[in-house]
Amino acid sequence: MDHPTSRRTSWQLVSRTKTSWQLVLLILAALAILFLPTFVAAAPPTDRTYRLEARSFEYTPPAIQVNQGDRLTIELSSTDVVHGLYIDGYDLNVVADPGQTAKLTFIANQSGSFRFRCSVTCGALHPFMIGKLEVGTNWLWWQAVGFAVLVLIVVSRLPKSLRFVQLRKSDLT
Amino acid sequence: MTRYDLTPLLQPLLKNRLPQFIIQAIALGGFIFAIIAGLVGTPVGNHNFSIVFVWIGWWALLMLIAVPLFGRAWCSICPIPLAGEWLQHGAILKPTGKGFGLNLRWHNKFRNIWLQNISFALVALFSAVVLTQPNITSIVLIAFLFVAFAASLIFERRAFCRYLCPVGGFIGLYSQVAPIEVRVKDSAVCAAHTEKSCYNGNAEGYGCPWQVYPGGLSKNTYCGTCMECLRTCPHDNVAIQIRPIGDDLIKPHGRKLDEAFKAFIMLGSAMTYSAVMLGSWGQLKAAAYAVGTNDWALYAITFLVFIFGALPASFFIATSFNRKSFINFAYALIPLGLLAWIAFSLSFVFANASYLLPAISDPLGWGWNLFGTVNFKWTPFLTQVTPTLQAAALIIGLAWSSQVAMQIGEQIKANAQGVIAFCFVITLGMLWLLVG
Repeated sequence: MDHPTSRRTSWQLVSRTKTSWQLVLLILAALAILFLPTFVAAAPPTDRTYRLEARSFEYTPPAIQVNQGDRLTIELSSTDVVHGLYIDGYDLNVVADPGQTAKLTFIANQSGSFRFRCSVTCGALHPFMIGKLEVGTNWLWWQAVGFAVLVLIVVSRLPKSLRFVQLRKSDLT
Repeated sequence: MTRYDLTPLLQPLLKNRLPQFIIQAIALGGFIFAIIAGLVGTPVGNHNFSIVFVWIGWWALLMLIAVPLFGRAWCSICPIPLAGEWLQHGAILKPTGKGFGLNLRWHNKFRNIWLQNISFALVALFSAVVLTQPNITSIVLIAFLFVAFAASLIFERRAFCRYLCPVGGFIGLYSQVAPIEVRVKDSAVCAAHTEKSCYNGNAEGYGCPWQVYPGGLSKNTYCGTCMECLRTCPHDNVAIQIRPIGDDLIKPHGRKLDEAFKAFIMLGSAMTYSAVMLGSWGQLKAAAYAVGTNDWALYAITFLVFIFGALPASFFIATSFNRKSFINFAYALIPLGLLAWIAFSLSFVFANASYLLPAISDPLGWGWNLFGTVNFKWTPFLTQVTPTLQAAALIIGLAWSSQVAMQIGEQIKANAQGVIAFCFVITLGMLWLLVG
């Protein structure tokens, strides 16, 4: 017959083992989310040309989609005042005078969703004249969703003692 | 729960009125200059001091540093109520007993933040114009100054800050997460102290301008950190403490519907601003900017319905149509709301911070070059890492809000799963808007 103390010790051991396994699984899941892009093959690169029309305070089309590795040429034309195009993350810039077309060619080697924005003061809403360049799969988005799910699992299973702020007895009344 | 008393370190600095006054005077100077720059300077927003320093410089300091780390610290140096308060006190520094004004009591019916909720929503409706047109920014700042001045002459203490200021409302809400607080050291000392000089004032300082009795203070929401209680307490019983972040969020008392709605208004506004200002939808930007047109009216109605109707209604469903759960669980949205604003501000501020350098050399856009920085070209900072930082901020917000929701659930014996699901959906929405 088991002694109550030894039973408790066995249970604690099982519980601790279970917690360790959960921790290992969580770490593996986090690593999988983090390195997911490494295991997915990108589509073969190709040459693409997009004509982007800029007018106060929008780009048409507002979003451009290419595959990672594509050689992308953006033909920027302005229909009213001087507008620019600066691509976040790629740190590239081009400026188009009204009625003229400016070209920007580059290899879209980083995947993700990048904002492009007007780089020449063009009017009141200039700081908010923004478009979107989508290169391949937006892994950051999927990783963020994965981590959000993981975070919920962790929070729901986190022992109360590990919570950042502890509830006091007075907080429960 | 550990708290570190900073009073021995800070007391000499804070009891002395001069350091605070000097910072207030600088802030007032900057505020008045921003008004003048908006009225007489260039109409090009990103070359005008009023837009660049108020909506980029001040906003960045407020949302990325001041509120998350120091709660209502901004309120302690805010220049808006100063003129009226000086007149109300009849003094700039220590009390002289020669105050001026009607000193009327604020009506009981309005002793809440509903008016602040409305004033914030009103400013937010015009934000596309306010944030980009220097003269409109000036008009808004003048309006703040005028209303604060009038409120000081008509009502007792800081009625504007406490019940009207559109900024003060959300600073108060989010100051609950700050790792700093002003509290009494020993409430028994306060209970035995019949004069209550912290509330009524004495020769050393004014009675709490925020109409708070420090002896009963348990949350940061309405403490303006003005330090008057530190000056007036004859027993040195007031302390400035470092505490665990978010400590106020799990205090079960004092949760109210007006504050709950503030959480929805702020969360909804962060989402709306992210869509309008950082999105790629030109028509939406045009509608938000075209004040007075049908498109703007449609935008305004949609915005109001979203923040006052759709979000609270969805949350009401998530909290099983229970009013008590609705109010209590709304406080779980505070971390996510603050982190959503931080995520929004990161992109906005990093992309536009370089406008600060030319604007400081040529604040009016008149061709000056005071500090030799006028030719500094627009340079977006950290664009490689901004989306990752934004995603991280939102995930931290989700984790934090979920944990608070579970703790509130334990307090009120209600299931938090609906609230956590709500937070998850909001997080996905913000992620889609900012990094999608």
